[in-house]
Amino acid sequence: MKSQEHLFTYCLRLADNALILGHRLSELCSKAPFIEEDLAQTNIALDMIGRSQALLNYAGQLEGKGQSADDLAYRRPEQEYYNHLLVEQPNGDFAYTLARQLYLSLFELHFYTELEKSKDSTLASIAAKTVKEIKYHLEHTSDWVIRLGDGTAESKRRMQKAIDDLWMYTGELFEMDDLEMALMSSGIAVDLIPIKSKWLNELKTVLQEATLQLPDDSYMQTGSRKGIHTEYMGHILSEMQYLQRAYPDATW
Amino acid sequence: MRIISDIPDPEIPVITISDLGILRGVEYKNDYYLITITPTYTACPAMKMIEDQIRERLKEHGITNTKVLLTYSPAWTTDWIHVEAKERMRLYGIAPPMHSSCASVKGSTQNPPCPQCRANDTELISRFGSTACKSYYKCRQCQETFEHFKCH
Repeated sequence: MKSQEHLFTYCLRLADNALILGHRLSELCSKAPFIEEDLAQTNIALDMIGRSQALLNYAGQLEGKGQSADDLAYRRPEQEYYNHLLVEQPNGDFAYTLARQLYLSLFELHFYTELEKSKDSTLASIAAKTVKEIKYHLEHTSDWVIRLGDGTAESKRRMQKAIDDLWMYTGELFEMDDLEMALMSSGIAVDLIPIKSKWLNELKTVLQEATLQLPDDSYMQTGSRKGIHTEYMGHILSEMQYLQRAYPDATW
Repeated sequence: MRIISDIPDPEIPVITISDLGILRGVEYKNDYYLITITPTYTACPAMKMIEDQIRERLKEHGITNTKVLLTYSPAWTTDWIHVEAKERMRLYGIAPPMHSSCASVKGSTQNPPCPQCRANDTELISRFGSTACKSYYKCRQCQETFEHFKCH
């Protein structure tokens, strides 16, 4: 049934954001600036992985081919992942990690708050759980952006650069294609248009307090709705999928 | 239900899965027992252990036809933790959640009092502590650090 296929793809889009971002954040384990921040970033990673597990479990059921959450997480080829390009971007210096998270958490807060109203009860209940976790991610991240933006000359320079460099990946967050429009009209998917202005206003508030500039509008990167990724994706998957591909029947 | 409701939380052994509101129900269906639990946080690693312990405990009592179902709805909240379980938590050294689902976005939550000396003059070290459910504080009065079970 076409709408079930659409719902399956929609679930993958949500799950893949959490899965790939969870992977990126887990790369910080033992590499964060100091120990409390190591705990914080890996805690956020854990929240992401839990979210992707819940969504991939559901996706597997919708697909109806007996795939588990693990199968979906680790066995797809690159062009069958539908995460936004922003989550693939490297952790860089700490400012990049924060800028990426700020853009995403502001988006996710509004997105999942709306998804709580979805006519799909599984998505709605996952959303209700997720929203609580996102609030902590956002508080943590915006505090850091403010501290670093309104910090030393160096922290401000680095924070501004990260904000500027990642800006071109933010447009894609608000793209809606036919699939999402169809799911939206049946009350399942979130309407991204009204979210954009809320996101922008809150972003401006944080940046202002951080004494940072909002980047000028420019070309926005795109392609992930069709499974087209940046050059980082292949490398991410080769690490993330290594174990499952080298030992296909491995269990813990 | 009685058999499993006092299974202690693996991380905070002074409270049980029923105190925490993790155990949602036990039903007998035709030929098996369905135990419904809900995770505190989506990726809480203790949930697997709790699931295993439920099965073990029931097996010890000769019950093997069991299924454990993980449900996300209604969403778990710290509101479900019994008041006197919160006191046991405090005595154990963890500041209990203070009021209902209080995670607001811009820092308007007040700091919890110190579980050791009860002083209100405490400061946040990190919103993320040793586990998904806890954050990390220091008491300015007695200088001890302590963890806080986050409002959720």
